[in-house]
Amino acid sequence: MATSSERSPPPFPDSEDQDVLDTEDVAGRDSDEDDGGDLFMGSSNPTLAEVETLLEPARQPSDLLMNPPSDLMSDPLIEPISSQTENKPASEAVNEPSDDFVDLTNNISATTESAVAEIPLDEPSDDFVDILGSETEAQREEVVVTDVTVEAAADKSEVTSGVTDSPGDGKIRSDAEEEAQETSAAPIIDLGADLPASNTQQLPVSDKIADPLVDLLGDPSPAPAADAKKPSGATIDLFEDEGSDLFGEPRQTKSAKQQQKSLFGEADEDLFGEPLGAVSKKPVSKEQKEKSVTTKAAAAVPAGGPLLDSSPAEPADIFTEEAVTTTPSVSNTSTVNSKTNGVHSEEEADIFSEATVELSLDSPRTERKNDVTAKPSASAPTSLSAAASQAKPQSAALEELEEEEEAELDDKFEVLVSVKDPEKIGDGMNAYMAYKVSTQTTLPMFRNKTFTVRRRFSDFLGLYEKLSEKHGPNGFIVPPPPEKSILGMTKVKVGKEDSSSADFVERRRGALERYLQRVVNHPSLIQDPDVREFLEREDLPRAVSTQALSGAGFLKMINKATDAVSKMTIKMNESDVWFEEKLQEVESADQQFRKLHALVESLVIHRKELSLNTASFAKSTAMLGSAEDNTALSRALSQLAEVEDKMEQLHQDQAANDTFSFAELIADYIRLLGAVRGSFDHRMKVWQRWQDAQAMLQKKRETEAKLLWANKPDKLQLAKEEIAEWEAKVTQYERDFERVSATVRKEVVRFEKEKTKNFKRQIIKYLESLLQSQQQLIKYWEAFLPEAKAIA
Amino acid sequence: MMEEVKEVTSALSVHGHNIKITDVVKDGDVLTFVIVSQKLSGTGEYHVDRTWDDFEWLQQHLFSQEDVPGIQGVIFPPLPAKANGNTSAKVIKQLGVLGLGEWQPYVKALETFLQLVATHKILNKNKAVEVFLTSSDAPGRQKVKKNIFNRLSQAVEEMRKEGHKDVDEFFQTERDHNLVLTGCTKTAAEKFLDMVLTEQKIAVACGHFSAALHLCVEPGEDPDKKAFSRLCVQISEVFNSMKKNMTSVAENNVNTLGLGLDQESRYQEAEKEMLFRRTCKLVELENATRNAEKAKPVKKEAMEELKTATKTEFQEICRVAKQEIKQFQGVRVKMLQQALVQWCERQLLTAKESADQFNQHLQAFREMTQ
Repeated sequence: MATSSERSPPPFPDSEDQDVLDTEDVAGRDSDEDDGGDLFMGSSNPTLAEVETLLEPARQPSDLLMNPPSDLMSDPLIEPISSQTENKPASEAVNEPSDDFVDLTNNISATTESAVAEIPLDEPSDDFVDILGSETEAQREEVVVTDVTVEAAADKSEVTSGVTDSPGDGKIRSDAEEEAQETSAAPIIDLGADLPASNTQQLPVSDKIADPLVDLLGDPSPAPAADAKKPSGATIDLFEDEGSDLFGEPRQTKSAKQQQKSLFGEADEDLFGEPLGAVSKKPVSKEQKEKSVTTKAAAAVPAGGPLLDSSPAEPADIFTEEAVTTTPSVSNTSTVNSKTNGVHSEEEADIFSEATVELSLDSPRTERKNDVTAKPSASAPTSLSAAASQAKPQSAALEELEEEEEAELDDKFEVLVSVKDPEKIGDGMNAYMAYKVSTQTTLPMFRNKTFTVRRRFSDFLGLYEKLSEKHGPNGFIVPPPPEKSILGMTKVKVGKEDSSSADFVERRRGALERYLQRVVNHPSLIQDPDVREFLEREDLPRAVSTQALSGAGFLKMINKATDAVSKMTIKMNESDVWFEEKLQEVESADQQFRKLHALVESLVIHRKELSLNTASFAKSTAMLGSAEDNTALSRALSQLAEVEDKMEQLHQDQAANDTFSFAELIADYIRLLGAVRGSFDHRMKVWQRWQDAQAMLQKKRETEAKLLWANKPDKLQLAKEEIAEWEAKVTQYERDFERVSATVRKEVVRFEKEKTKNFKRQIIKYLESLLQSQQQLIKYWEAFLPEAKAIA
Repeated sequence: MMEEVKEVTSALSVHGHNIKITDVVKDGDVLTFVIVSQKLSGTGEYHVDRTWDDFEWLQQHLFSQEDVPGIQGVIFPPLPAKANGNTSAKVIKQLGVLGLGEWQPYVKALETFLQLVATHKILNKNKAVEVFLTSSDAPGRQKVKKNIFNRLSQAVEEMRKEGHKDVDEFFQTERDHNLVLTGCTKTAAEKFLDMVLTEQKIAVACGHFSAALHLCVEPGEDPDKKAFSRLCVQISEVFNSMKKNMTSVAENNVNTLGLGLDQESRYQEAEKEMLFRRTCKLVELENATRNAEKAKPVKKEAMEELKTATKTEFQEICRVAKQEIKQFQGVRVKMLQQALVQWCERQLLTAKESADQFNQHLQAFREMTQ
């Protein structure tokens, strides 16, 4: 970490260089802006709504500019968060209902801010580095590159031209930081210019392209411009994907730069799937290939631009600027935040109610997103974790891309976790077990190479809940932790120090360790901030409601998921043979593993019995030896008793070996197969949503036909809008389904590879210990043989 | 028939120590054993079929040699209890280690019985032994009359006479010692049996696991699937080796120390019976002595006569018993030692073989590519 912060400053001069270039380009772009202005003027409806949008952002940045530098210095930990929360209302201010872009702005602003902070304030910059984890590297480049690409984008597409202007200006001014107060006025103006430009841009663009989606956008054009909000609500879905994918990306790029390629591949696919975005995206993405990793963030901005009032680009720039300007300006941010939140919360709610009504409710992803955005707006200035959780959904969405690089990355995942020293804390029924979680890693995203935290069992469950909630719906197989065991734990609580309770604790400890190791081995899950927090943070907030995961409940949950799957399978006319086969394989594997587990368990029971019987034989041999008259025989029998005692230990070890090598491994896989089935279930749900949307679209079309026949032009218009809306959704859901399917597929393949690897590793370990105990046995016999021969 | 037996006092016409039971045939509930013994003349063997009832006939004849002096001082080689042809938990409970496997342990125990009888200086003089070993006809399926060695009556009297104070310190010590050893040996044999039974269960469990692993093998060309299937097959083989290992460990246990402990346990039991018979005679003698002292002159002579007769008989028994005990101690230590050495050697061999096999499996896994 220290090294990266050291490395951080140099790139900044580069960005300044870029700024210089920017200034050179200003003239050219000014003309562009003029064009935008012309367009704006040319458009037939400069309505009130636009005026409003003009006004609101104008007010917004001015607030933001009040950001105190003193705050930055005095409380650097809180600062980035509060600024993030600012970003949100800001993006809302420009009538941008897509929370993806909120996140985008969060990302960018957070990164830019910290990067900027590095120059004037060396010390707080370190803090920022810490806060933002290992992102610094990316941030660095981001700062540099955002400008570049935005510029590039500006060159390629007129739509974003206005937008790019503002950062350019902002940058120039930010260079002279002392004058920030004065310069702050300028960006506002720029923004104001941007907005109308982009708004108007929307109309011509949509008119030009013959696409159902364009129809959708085209429809509102005769209507008041305020309508623009509505289609944008629909288009969220379209851009939800790329938005989140692209914006989530920078967070992960630190560990994997190769992702870049795949991302671009994805972007290209999107281009073809969606001609609308292509207008601006195509050139941009080409540009990106030459640029560094972090250009993606910028790339997404213009991509979303034409459709979404180009506001995503805007806020990003606003905050680049804002971050710079905040340094000299003085004000208390928290009040500003709460104010802006208050102002926009209503509007926001409207937007989302609209969005959720339009989306079918069985889409967990959208629901979750709403939750996420609702949360921070309600409690804007919260802790870092709140900000972090906000960014998560996106990362989930794009793990898919990452999977492609998995093979290459495999060597790089160097995280070893161990769960040790189970310790009972407290007394009676309130007692719980705490474990030491030690991590060893070479990954740069962690602050240290080794660290240890204490976690209780419910923390492990809490982590699983968080992960499965976030990643499960996207088709990821989230490794499940061991179930709660009321019986086992009660024994421990009561303080019975018998072997069964020690066995229980040890089994659970092992299971937790393997569970955690599986989580960190997963190339996507390790990136999750919750995982990092779990491994690193000293005191974790208590996990609540893990009660639901208690033994029976957990099983019920899995069974329910299974039932749901089997029920759906009947309904689902599976087009993909692979999935059909896999599901059956998983089912039969589950049966087989259960059988194997029962068999190993009985083997273990027999081994324990053997150990007990050997012990009692040893005892009776000792007695026989003492009763024996013949001295040599008596001696031999006593020796035999000792040998048998040692053998008892061997048998006991063997029982433990059976348990931990096989019984527990198989139990893990029974749980994992449950998770695999869960991922199939999630895929099925997405499919169902797609099917429902198709059905709905069909219905709407029929309505349209009826209306056409009935010759009711007034209603016809509405019907057409609806059809367009649903067509967009169907496209989106279908893509969702394909994405989730691809993820599930990759995950299952990975699961199977891991399974083979795991079993192989385990059997080798098992055989090694078996061999060892056999050799020990040979030693015992060899030592005893002369004793027996000496009897005569 | 009894007269015939008494007349012949010569030793057997066969070698006593290499009598073998080469085969066992199960016909319904009846087990028939093929007994092979080598002629003393050097050429040829006797092959006879005998059932357990024949063995019992032989034992009864040995018991009822009332004319042999001191016969009651003989420690009769123990005959294993009757086995009906099916192995079940009940049989194992009754026969112990002898009830295991395909009757080999049982056969072995019968063989040992015959060898002990045939090499016994007093017992092998009995014609019944020769008949049993050489006559091609089954010696007698008829019921032999109950005699003084009826174990049932013994059990009743036992409680009363067992604690009787001995006049001879040697016998007192031997009795006390025998009592302790009988108990200990019996426990040890039982525990050992438990161990063996568990080992067999483990072998079975390993076999089941090995078989179940084969079910995980899936057809298909998918390399991942193939890799896992191959792995399953190999793990299955490992468990099969473990099963074999456990099976032979259990077999070794049964055939060496298991049999040894069982034999020891039954032999101790036989010694106990002999000592008890002697104790009975002692009580009888003491009663006779008391009666002779108290007797009125008229009966005095008869009483004295009885007393003298009993005394002679008792002394004869004591003489034989001392010899027997001495011999028994030698035999049982030798037997136990043999059992222990064999056991150790066989287990060592099995352990080495298994270690070898596990090592091979381990190498195979290590070389296995993903």
